[in-house]
Amino acid sequence: MSPAVFHNSLRLADDLPLDSGQLLPRPTIAYETVGTLNADRSNAILICHALTMDQYVATDHPLTGKPGWWPRIVGAAKPIDPARHFIICSNVIGGCMGSEGPASPHPDDGKPWGLRFPVVTIADMVRAQAGLLDALGIDTLLAVVGGSMGGMQALQWAASYPHRIRSVLAIATAARHSAQNIAFHEVGRQAIMADPKWKGGAYVAGNGPANGLSVARMAAHITYLSEEGLTAKFGRHLQQGTEKRFGFDADFQVESYLRHQGMSFVDRFDANAYLYITRALDYFDVAEGFGGKLAAAFADTRARFCVISFDSDWLYPTSEARRIVQALVAAGRHASFVELASPFGHDAFLLDTPGLDSVVDGFLRAVEVAP
Amino acid sequence: MNGLSVRLQQVARQIPSGATVLDVGCSDGQLLAYLRDNKGVDGRGIELDPERVARAVARGLSVVQGDATHDLAAFPSRSVDYAILSETLQAMEAPHKVLAELVRIGRRAVVAFPNFGHWRIRADLLLKGRMPVTRSLPISWYETENIHFCTIDDFHALADAMTLRIEDSAYLSGERPISAWPNLRADHALFVLSR
Repeated sequence: MSPAVFHNSLRLADDLPLDSGQLLPRPTIAYETVGTLNADRSNAILICHALTMDQYVATDHPLTGKPGWWPRIVGAAKPIDPARHFIICSNVIGGCMGSEGPASPHPDDGKPWGLRFPVVTIADMVRAQAGLLDALGIDTLLAVVGGSMGGMQALQWAASYPHRIRSVLAIATAARHSAQNIAFHEVGRQAIMADPKWKGGAYVAGNGPANGLSVARMAAHITYLSEEGLTAKFGRHLQQGTEKRFGFDADFQVESYLRHQGMSFVDRFDANAYLYITRALDYFDVAEGFGGKLAAAFADTRARFCVISFDSDWLYPTSEARRIVQALVAAGRHASFVELASPFGHDAFLLDTPGLDSVVDGFLRAVEVAP
Repeated sequence: MNGLSVRLQQVARQIPSGATVLDVGCSDGQLLAYLRDNKGVDGRGIELDPERVARAVARGLSVVQGDATHDLAAFPSRSVDYAILSETLQAMEAPHKVLAELVRIGRRAVVAFPNFGHWRIRADLLLKGRMPVTRSLPISWYETENIHFCTIDDFHALADAMTLRIEDSAYLSGERPISAWPNLRADHALFVLSR
């Protein structure tokens, strides 16, 4: 974990009640905005980020120096455009980019929360976002938008705050975590907790379980790609020509790629935050609070929905998107759904996928003029 | 009428202003967009082909990718004024089941399809002994998606068997409306049905 950098943030006015029954005392929420809120406050779009992303959706990242993470969707002349929209993106609670999380100072002793931080859920993250909107003076969102875990938050918004949203755009996502999803996350968590440097979560910043976190990232990264994509990119190619080295260094190119993904991840992510956020994902099931009936979760909102899946995404496959859509249709909601073709697997929502920008653009423009 | 084909115009005429509509097999949403822009219709659509769905959603329409055989079940009963099935009845795996779904979901159903009883088709089969390839059915038998052709009289018989009420009908020969001897003279038919 890197040295402290400045993140734009505010502290919520009230303690945050959590699904676990605990209270999170006046959490700090780090957020970025771009664009201008219009006079009738009707052009606000909340973008919810995925597991390892953050609030820097459209602004340069202070740690990596990289530009915003969703350039194909957010930016000038893009479907979500600062010239038309007031764009808000906040770091989830439990995260590590300035919002209250396990690496934040505990209010009692100023030392990192560590495992004293309460386990949070996707609904808790959404509750914190609603608190941020209250602080920013925004009652209703034109749209709540997200891919992957961001899409889960967007769906949760419809269930938790049905009257504060005019539309939901949920991409490459699911309304619940499957056994397979949970299983992959458990591998990642065990890798972190098996690293002796994890120390029960009480490691010192900068000297954390880098190896464990790196392995967790490697395992997860495989789930973001497709077999087709990996084969096209790496095949069985060796690092050095055609000569096998008969050892356990990264001999295949795909190994080297994964190791690089793992090692660069630890520079920008906190191991405990990874535990907390994956746990929040695993607990996610929107229908749970509605007697197991997903359609009931969408009964109260009048928001319009757009659900997009990708044919090569096996992490949150089209079957899960269809389940959401069937519930929306059954609830009588205005819903659109399309499965787009892409070789990139789950990561397709971040990459150049034909049709993605025009679908998002058409959907949002229709919401803007809808009664 | 804004680039709508004569056949789609015929469907559009049946839909009153301000109605709610489900267009089954809505393609890229041309009819739904027309109804929205000209009649203030609150429309939804379902379409099999993802590229057509993407184009429809890009037009700001609420269209779900899915097929009529499996994905109509989720729609609540009597949830729209009109359920439309235009040009796709003959491509359905089980047309009678889809028809039953249409009159369940819509207070009325509008069904439009090519008439296989048209004299030109009868003549082709009688004189040439070959499956007809005509102006309204231009694709060869082995390539066509149309697996369940019917004639106007066949459709009447099916509606009777399902005890559906035929509230209105309209027939086209090419682009010309006709009324006499439709099963022989019309290459295209439209029915408004209710349960």
